[in-house]
Amino acid sequence: MTDDRQLRVSKIENGTVIDHVPGGQALNVLAILDIDGTGGEVVSIGINVPSDRLGRKDVVKVEDRELSQPEVDVLSLIAPAATINIIREFDVVEKHRVERPDRVTGILQCPNQQCISTGDEPVDSEFDVLDDGVRCVYCDTITREDITAHILV
Amino acid sequence: MRHDHITSAKQLSRGDIERVLEHASDIADDPSAYADRHEEALLGLLFFEPSTRTKMSFAAAIKRLGGDVVDMGPVDASSVKKGESLADTVRVVEGYADALVLRHPSEGSAQMASEFVTVPLINAGDGAGQHPTQTLLDMYTIRENAGLDDLTIGIMGDLKYGRTVHSLAHALTNFDTRQHFISPETLKLPRNVRFDLHESGSTVKEHTKPGGILPSLDVLYVTRIQKERFPDESEYRAVAGEYQIDASTLTRADDDLTVMHPLPRVDEIAHDVDNTGHAAYFQQAHNGVPVRMALLDLVLGGEP
Ligand SMILES: [Zn+2]
Repeated sequence: MTDDRQLRVSKIENGTVIDHVPGGQALNVLAILDIDGTGGEVVSIGINVPSDRLGRKDVVKVEDRELSQPEVDVLSLIAPAATINIIREFDVVEKHRVERPDRVTGILQCPNQQCISTGDEPVDSEFDVLDDGVRCVYCDTITREDITAHILV
Repeated sequence: MRHDHITSAKQLSRGDIERVLEHASDIADDPSAYADRHEEALLGLLFFEPSTRTKMSFAAAIKRLGGDVVDMGPVDASSVKKGESLADTVRVVEGYADALVLRHPSEGSAQMASEFVTVPLINAGDGAGQHPTQTLLDMYTIRENAGLDDLTIGIMGDLKYGRTVHSLAHALTNFDTRQHFISPETLKLPRNVRFDLHESGSTVKEHTKPGGILPSLDVLYVTRIQKERFPDESEYRAVAGEYQIDASTLTRADDDLTVMHPLPRVDEIAHDVDNTGHAAYFQQAHNGVPVRMALLDLVLGGEP
């Protein structure tokens, strides 16, 4: 079904379409992908597009780019229902839903400044993924809001 | 439990706790029977912040088991940040000792350090995180005075930064207890502890004043509210005063109420409480030795 909702954001030739992102989270998705426009990527975004499943959803289309597993892991934290469509020559060649990992390693920084994982130690940050947020395996701090602010670059 | 790291009270099951407490009780009954139990054992003490009492208690425990300590000595706080990583320090020091005791200002330090060593590592306090050996001696004291099941306990003071509180709250979830948390609004339990208590299905209530709940308590566990947690002295005085107890406060409590405190106290328990039947805090401090003996015996491979 190619209805006009789909067409609000134009088709791309090669790249990734991230669909079923909760309404209003598109800019955080770009933050996770470390896209701020300065790298020259071609990006189209639909924000608060009507959706049967989510009510309102965001759609992010990034040309000539595929996502790494750590990026998908963080994405799953803010957009658990997201689908990732890999596009080649205008066709969807791969489509899958994000899966929430049990643990994320080395991609978020613990917000607790007293946490040993934020110091000069030879360990990666490590978080257990909860239904609602993440929890540092070292200091136990639970982060629910604003997870994208803690992404390590 | 042999060769286990003891980093958090969360990892201790009811069975683990009971095993340590029962063993501690046997040791307390006849300490001399254990005097040459670990004659060759060396306990490495790594205290990155001062804690004379905890350190003395561990030293007494290993010496009463026939062993000895190797002590890193005092650390200049400013050099901790610039110096060698903790991961390197513990990897070096584990070669000198059969078990390590770590006190460190960073939360999660014991957990991290334990990932780098094979000898048992015992957390003696990690920032505002956990202090599991304090908890074991607290549990021992509660068991002696009030029993650990069908217990109503009030935990009062600085619940946000108080690591003894966090460890104790976790440990108590293994038993049939009703936990009442009494603190100023700004020093309530942190989110992660509250989350765990909720997950465990424990009965937990929070209060901002001790008065209403006091008569129903079997145990009142008091902790210090530190000045540094408040913007100014006057605000601290106004707030802290609400959480101080004296002999007259306790006239409204049950005759069998047990009052505990991890010590040192400042003025949160008045000296006139010391001579009442309620005071258990010196006994609590003394229990540190048999309880740490029991724990060390277990992690060093003694069979109770
Ligand atoms: Zn942390």
